[in-house]
Amino acid sequence: MPEDVTKSGSVSPNEVPAASPAAAAPKPPAAAAKPAVPAYQRWTGELPSRLQREYGSGVQPLSYNGQNFFTVDRAIAHAVLRVLRDEAGFDYLVDCTAVHYPQRELPFEVVWILYSFRRNERLRVKASFAEGEEVPTATDLWQTANWLEREAFDMFGTRFAGHPDLRRILLPDEWVGYPLRKDYDIRKQDQDWVQKNLGIESGQ
Amino acid sequence: MEPLTRYLSSNVTPGEAGDMLWITIYILIVFAGVSVAVICMNWLERKILAHMQIRLGPMRVGPHGLLQPIADAVKLLIKEDVIPAKADKLMFWFAPLIVVMTAFTLFLVVPFGRTHAVTDMNIGILFMLGASSLSVLGVIIGGWSSNSHYPLLGALRSSAQMVSYEIAMGLAIVAAVLMTSLQTGTGTLSMIGIVESQAAQQTWFAFQFFPLGFIALVIFSIAMVAETNRAPFDLPEAESELVAGFMTEYSGIRWSLFFLAEYASMMAVSSIAVTLWLGGWLRPFPNALGGHAWDVAFSLVPGIAFLGLAAMCLLGAIRMPKVGALRVQTVGLAGFGVVLGLVGLVMLLPGVRERVQDIFWFVAKASIFMYLYIWYRGTFPRYRFDQLMKVGWKVLLPIALAVLILTALVGVRQELYAVFAGVIR
Amino acid sequence: MSESNFYESLSDIEPGQRTYLDSNELVLNMGPQHPSTHGVLRVILKLDGEKVLGTDCVIGYLHRGVEKIGENRTYAQFNPYVDRMDYVAAVSNGLGYCLAVEKLLGVEAPKRAQYLRVILTELNRISSHHVWLGTHALDIGAITPLFYVFREREEILKIFEKYCGARLTTHAFRIGGCQYDAYEGFEKEVLKFCAEQAKKIDEYEELLTTNRIWVDRTKDVGVLSAEECIALGATGPIIRGSGVRWDLRKAQPYSSYEDFDFEIPIGLNGDTYDRYVVRIQEMRQSLRIVEQAVAGLMEGPIMAKVPKIIKPPAGEVYVSIEAPKGELGYFIVSDGTTQPYRMRVRPPSFVNLQSLDQMVRGRLVADVVAIIGTLDIVLGEVDR
Repeated sequence: MPEDVTKSGSVSPNEVPAASPAAAAPKPPAAAAKPAVPAYQRWTGELPSRLQREYGSGVQPLSYNGQNFFTVDRAIAHAVLRVLRDEAGFDYLVDCTAVHYPQRELPFEVVWILYSFRRNERLRVKASFAEGEEVPTATDLWQTANWLEREAFDMFGTRFAGHPDLRRILLPDEWVGYPLRKDYDIRKQDQDWVQKNLGIESGQ
Repeated sequence: MEPLTRYLSSNVTPGEAGDMLWITIYILIVFAGVSVAVICMNWLERKILAHMQIRLGPMRVGPHGLLQPIADAVKLLIKEDVIPAKADKLMFWFAPLIVVMTAFTLFLVVPFGRTHAVTDMNIGILFMLGASSLSVLGVIIGGWSSNSHYPLLGALRSSAQMVSYEIAMGLAIVAAVLMTSLQTGTGTLSMIGIVESQAAQQTWFAFQFFPLGFIALVIFSIAMVAETNRAPFDLPEAESELVAGFMTEYSGIRWSLFFLAEYASMMAVSSIAVTLWLGGWLRPFPNALGGHAWDVAFSLVPGIAFLGLAAMCLLGAIRMPKVGALRVQTVGLAGFGVVLGLVGLVMLLPGVRERVQDIFWFVAKASIFMYLYIWYRGTFPRYRFDQLMKVGWKVLLPIALAVLILTALVGVRQELYAVFAGVIR
Repeated sequence: MSESNFYESLSDIEPGQRTYLDSNELVLNMGPQHPSTHGVLRVILKLDGEKVLGTDCVIGYLHRGVEKIGENRTYAQFNPYVDRMDYVAAVSNGLGYCLAVEKLLGVEAPKRAQYLRVILTELNRISSHHVWLGTHALDIGAITPLFYVFREREEILKIFEKYCGARLTTHAFRIGGCQYDAYEGFEKEVLKFCAEQAKKIDEYEELLTTNRIWVDRTKDVGVLSAEECIALGATGPIIRGSGVRWDLRKAQPYSSYEDFDFEIPIGLNGDTYDRYVVRIQEMRQSLRIVEQAVAGLMEGPIMAKVPKIIKPPAGEVYVSIEAPKGELGYFIVSDGTTQPYRMRVRPPSFVNLQSLDQMVRGRLVADVVAIIGTLDIVLGEVDR
């Protein structure tokens, strides 16, 4: 909630779609009820300032709706994750997933959700990158990243550099296309695969 | 008429008398009887297990599902006979036959009564052990010839398991055989001889040198569960691990042969336990409730038991809901009750009752073990393979050895006492 | 999924060893149709005799693209879909989803609705553990507990049915509260169930807890240390079985869990037996919570003020709850429209299943089914 982050004002986060005019300060939806609309705010504190000292503008500590996150450059993502795990106590990788923003310059965003048992605190780390670029894998930090990154690869085609076994996990190995991308329609499917393997004209 | 009088006047088994006609008849009766018993056992297992698991079990085919096993048998017979394409066809075809033949061969020497056995071999118990261990061949061949991984694993488990439990089983049997040499001084391996020596010693071997005989019985009754691949030792066909073990690729009539053999060998090993430790066909309490009057009273029990079953059927028929759809079932159940009642009445006739009571006592004792089989299945989880081996080799085998040695020592001591007592007198 | 990939994926197989007929190794395909892979899990086992050298899980047979569906439905439309993930704990799924959207909207369910949610969710936790106990015991060879637990599960499902008309995929909650109030006699029935269930748990324990074979089969099987659990992301009863006293209901209370007095049972050795004990104790603790929640159920509204058309402001939240299987999280990115921009579900079963390989390496085939059982996976949630 807003009272968690008191000192900071609204900042323009770079993760909201560039095409969207609401980027600077999300407008309250017309129909929303009383509660104050939360805004992206700068997250201040010991941890973000330390990371910013170390990595400068490559790390942007932000907060939304009482939930803190860093947007980091792809190049330093792995180093930040390592620092968070080893020095800040975020020892548990809850989830690793991706989001696709086709309008942006860097259309893919990988999100790592971390949790610290010691601090009982959650944190997200996000890194954007372009099609064809690779994100460093987190499997050397957390074993659990293995399947989670495979799933992100399966659904978005995000390549993780250094992943030991990067192949599809939920979809068939021979499937063509990455279904959770925004340009992949919900009714779309790999017709060739369906016809070849299921012996039917269409899965629809 | 002559064969009948010859049979009635005989006081030995047809095998001993060399009576080929009656041997054939006996074999047919035993074969048919075992098959019927398997059908009954199938129904009983499903019903008893169901009631342990708070459900009803088969209820649809016939009154209380009495005809369910028959429906199942018909289904299995008319099912498509599938042989996997990559299987070794000859061996695949041969494996269930081996298993079922060995299981039925065992019943040649099972003494249902003094005269109610096909034959009496002087190596009867050895014959049973040897023939029963042949069935492992069928299991291995069946598992191997299926050319599939699950059956192969099941067959490997089975071979290791059956071989290792046979040792503990054999030692327990030797302990019982040792006891036959008490008093008479000459031991016997004949099944009938073993029961007769229990009669002569006026105690069942389960209670001889208490608790030695009883421990031997317990060892045997554990080993026999493992020997017949039943829960909690049903690893060769462990459903949740190996799908169906060595029977995975079998279906229809071949599968039903395995099934038949499994139940037949369960009954066979139960018969061994009854013969060796529980006095075979002898009636219970011969000492405490001895005398002619008690003999007559006990000989009435079989008939009364049948009348009781008949009463249960008739009561069930009366309590059946009075709706048109259930009329056939009601009449069927009542008819079944009447048949049972008539059988019971016949069994009460003097002349008949003396002749059939030994069969009754034998079957009653064996059915205790059959019930235990079902009870185990409802209660226990399954052992893991290494634990099974551990139980076999590290627990049962040493105990069986100790029991054997102790039995020998105690027996020798008792014999020596007897000798010295004679000398002193 | 193709076999060749599998061989390459197992680090300890040399490429030359592909034909296993002349080696001692056997590749066993377990599933997707197998009695104890709990649905359509396919595990490829590499065996040396009966010893497991390596595994490869092939999943996705039940993949329905739940996340894609979520991006193409409105927030309210997607609510029933989440029930289809972990279908034995549908109420928990719904609770997590509703909490996430409520967080995004900035609303909070009224107190009475929160208590109702707690009652139903905890009943659902018990019924989920029922299914786990029955199938786990069945995998290990004890067939009877299955029927016992399904007897009690039926009572819970009857309560669900009376409450919202559905038994399995309940769609019990709405964004902002509950659609239905407690029916006439709800409290009485729930309390009666709790009293009965406490006795029945003793009955299950009589069959298993001290059963020699059960203990032999589960002790020291599938051991995970606390550090391994954290590295693997294993949550729920698995991490608690390894001795970490961590439960989101206590650590980050939601839906008024802070009002209730309950304990977090933990194990010491992190083996299958400890996880069994933890889950059994969790059932008892859930009963405690339900009793307290029924006693404290106050009068009041059950629905917060939520607009007819749910249109959260642009932003993103991650909200997670303690589902019966572990941490169930929803990461929702909103772009200010009526449909989520990105709907990510963090499924506990999927992440927990990943630890299967580590747990079964070097163990026997029989342990594989015991470990799959103790992971308590639901393939609907693994594959989504």
